[in-house]
Amino acid sequence: MADKGRFDEATGTHTTGHVWDDDLEELNKPLPKWWLYVLYACIIWAIVYWVLYPSWPMMTDYTKGTLGFSQRALVMEQVAAGKAAQAKFRDAIAKAEISEIPKKPELLNFALAGGKAAFGDNCAPCHGRGAQGFKGYPNLNDDDWIWGGDLEAIQTTIRHGIRSNADDDTRASDMPKFGEEDLLEKAQIKDVAEYVLSLGGSSKDADAAARGKEVYAENCASCHGENGEGNQELGAPNLADAIWLYGGDKADIVTSINTGRGGVMPPWSPRLDDVTIKQLTVYVHSLGGGK
Amino acid sequence: MAATKNSEEMSGLSDALAVIGAGLGALIGIYLAVFSADPVMKFHGALLGATAVLCALYVISSMAGKSTTERPFYHDGPIKFASVAAVFWGIAGFVVGAIIAWQLAFPALNFDLPWTSFGRLRPLHTSAVIFAFGGNALIATSFYVAQRTCQARLFGKWSPWFVVIGYNLFIVIAGTGYILGVTQSKEYAEPEWYADLWLTIVWVVYLIVFGGTLLKRKEPHIYVANWFYLSFILTVAMLHIVNNLAVPVSFTGTKSYALFSGVQDAMTQWWYGHNAVGFFLTAGFLGMMYYFIPKRAERPVYSYRLSIVHFWSLIFLYIWAGPHHLHYTALPDWAQTLGMTFSIILWMPSWGGMINGLMTLSGAWDKLRTDPVIRMMVVSVAFYGMSTFEGPLMSIKAVNSLSHYTDWTIGHVHSGALGWVGMISFGALYCLFPWLWNRRGLYSMRLVEWHFWISTIGILLYITAMWVSGILQGLMWRAYDELGFLKYSFVESVDAMHIPYIIRAGGGTLFVIGALMMAYNLWRTARGDEPVDAKNQPRVAAAPEIRATLAPAE
Repeated sequence: MADKGRFDEATGTHTTGHVWDDDLEELNKPLPKWWLYVLYACIIWAIVYWVLYPSWPMMTDYTKGTLGFSQRALVMEQVAAGKAAQAKFRDAIAKAEISEIPKKPELLNFALAGGKAAFGDNCAPCHGRGAQGFKGYPNLNDDDWIWGGDLEAIQTTIRHGIRSNADDDTRASDMPKFGEEDLLEKAQIKDVAEYVLSLGGSSKDADAAARGKEVYAENCASCHGENGEGNQELGAPNLADAIWLYGGDKADIVTSINTGRGGVMPPWSPRLDDVTIKQLTVYVHSLGGGK
Repeated sequence: MAATKNSEEMSGLSDALAVIGAGLGALIGIYLAVFSADPVMKFHGALLGATAVLCALYVISSMAGKSTTERPFYHDGPIKFASVAAVFWGIAGFVVGAIIAWQLAFPALNFDLPWTSFGRLRPLHTSAVIFAFGGNALIATSFYVAQRTCQARLFGKWSPWFVVIGYNLFIVIAGTGYILGVTQSKEYAEPEWYADLWLTIVWVVYLIVFGGTLLKRKEPHIYVANWFYLSFILTVAMLHIVNNLAVPVSFTGTKSYALFSGVQDAMTQWWYGHNAVGFFLTAGFLGMMYYFIPKRAERPVYSYRLSIVHFWSLIFLYIWAGPHHLHYTALPDWAQTLGMTFSIILWMPSWGGMINGLMTLSGAWDKLRTDPVIRMMVVSVAFYGMSTFEGPLMSIKAVNSLSHYTDWTIGHVHSGALGWVGMISFGALYCLFPWLWNRRGLYSMRLVEWHFWISTIGILLYITAMWVSGILQGLMWRAYDELGFLKYSFVESVDAMHIPYIIRAGGGTLFVIGALMMAYNLWRTARGDEPVDAKNQPRVAAAPEIRATLAPAE
């Protein structure tokens, strides 16, 4: 530089001679060698990459690269390979009756693995990661089944859902909204709730339970059974055990009688294919309570 | 005499234009407030109207009362305004960030209310920290630096005020819009068409003020910091306008539809999004670095030649790198290749800034020990170097297939945002407050020391937690069992994030605490409280006028 600036002792370099705002200066240092060489190396690497892979757009097309790489083709290949690897089992499951699958260890193994994966992404949001259930979403590990716990029944439930308006063959049964539709008096509802509690032996008010017995017999027994044993044909839960879908406190039971609840499960066919539904069925059946 | 008369006439013309402009703003605002059918538009119209009326009244009252005191050479009022706004929005943005970090660890903190849900608070956080905190810090420092390095007063009489007030009005409109559910769903460009139009006007005036000041300069050369500021202002204008092209449903309603669709829209968005990082968060803050580090260290910039080469290579290369946000999507292969390769080439140009920042300390490394403000800025440059290495690394398709859509990205962004952008701005604010308010130094250097350590620990906790959770997520999502089924469901990967999310939220909370210390310290400084540790503060901590009266350093 023509006008050499001040000599800077600490760095042994001259400044460029420009000064701003009293004391801002710049040293006349060269570019660091390593910096420049790494920059060149990156540029050379990029040029090599451009030659090998699709890179520069042209008027109507783009440079394809010498490797013939195509992301789409690669994905198609990988998907096809994945499908081919599973084809043997999937074909066998597609052909098999649901009841036969657990009898063949190879198929059972495959169905359980696929069922677990499908359960995690489709069922776990409501039923829980361990199928433990939440209030309003049944636990699938126990042996208390509302719509039946054998393979056929589970498969029907998964395929068609419950009270879904998107599937004509959905499982349907509607408990009347005894309170909201004024089918029963408030006092009657409290009494019948007490009676329901007494079926499982947890009533603390024998008088109320006794009053509720008659209301129960007239309004509830036809579906839930004389002794509250439930009816899986109608999706009427067992009221005599300690398992409650919407809670077993008196207040919860009163709410159930008032509103009829009526939870909904979506139909998973055709959203999930036939083989996946079979795998899910076998998986859910295996969780602990399958009949 | 002729010159004085001329400048008086100019001043009168400025006043008149300011009143006309404010009047126009008031009319539009009031019209929208009264006639819009959209309640949010009514509210935003009222905001614009009220602000414009207040501004008009202020200008008129200043015309009436001719001030007799001599006008200072530099126009620092708008700079003070933007500096205080940067501190205010910084804390608001950090707090919202900490809240949503805790929400991710404990979703009940969404409170089941639409206004406090993650989906609305997240853009509030990103816009508050990038545009409100970062933007005000950039406007404040660019106005300060341009005047000092050009030896010229800011161009325009009311225009600089219009820039800072207009910009902050945009922030309020954008932020309240998010909470009320108004968004065009473009990341980092969420404000709807009317807010975008308003920002365009503000930004063009910003360009005129900054460019006008450069043209008025009394120095033969333009200082390097100003190159970066100018490239930031110009490029952001271009990015903002193109990415926000949209057709409003109605001129009195908030909703609009983007001009582009499909993969073109995605590419435009990430051309914008990546260059918002490149030109807002990198070039702009490099401008800040190029003034405040050499000024504070009282050392020459390490290499003039490096600053030229890395400036031009940086701004040429950054604009190509956007497609790396869309690897393995519908974006054509060739565009992905270009995005990746240009990101790799960008590594050294980015590091040029780091070298120039760090090596400026040559001959003054001892100041790292004695001046926590210098230390803050040097550590920020170190974070800059780390995240500009990590960025190219993550743009490599093989790495990206693991890192994309995971928390690794969030960690990367925050090492840049908290480490680089945050710390360099804190350093600049610690310099600016005593300089602008004409004080002997900061109220307490010890508090700066505390701020430095608390935020550094917070940032490290944040980044390491996100590395762990990001890589864990990536590995869980791609794990297959021997039969070809996914090993983990998505919800299992969410569950695995719980502990890292708590650590991240803790790190973020530390960062907030540090920023609160800074706000207290700066408030006491501006108020004029005597520094409690003046003898521990370097001479350069004092305002230029006071510096001259202090004994030179040994």
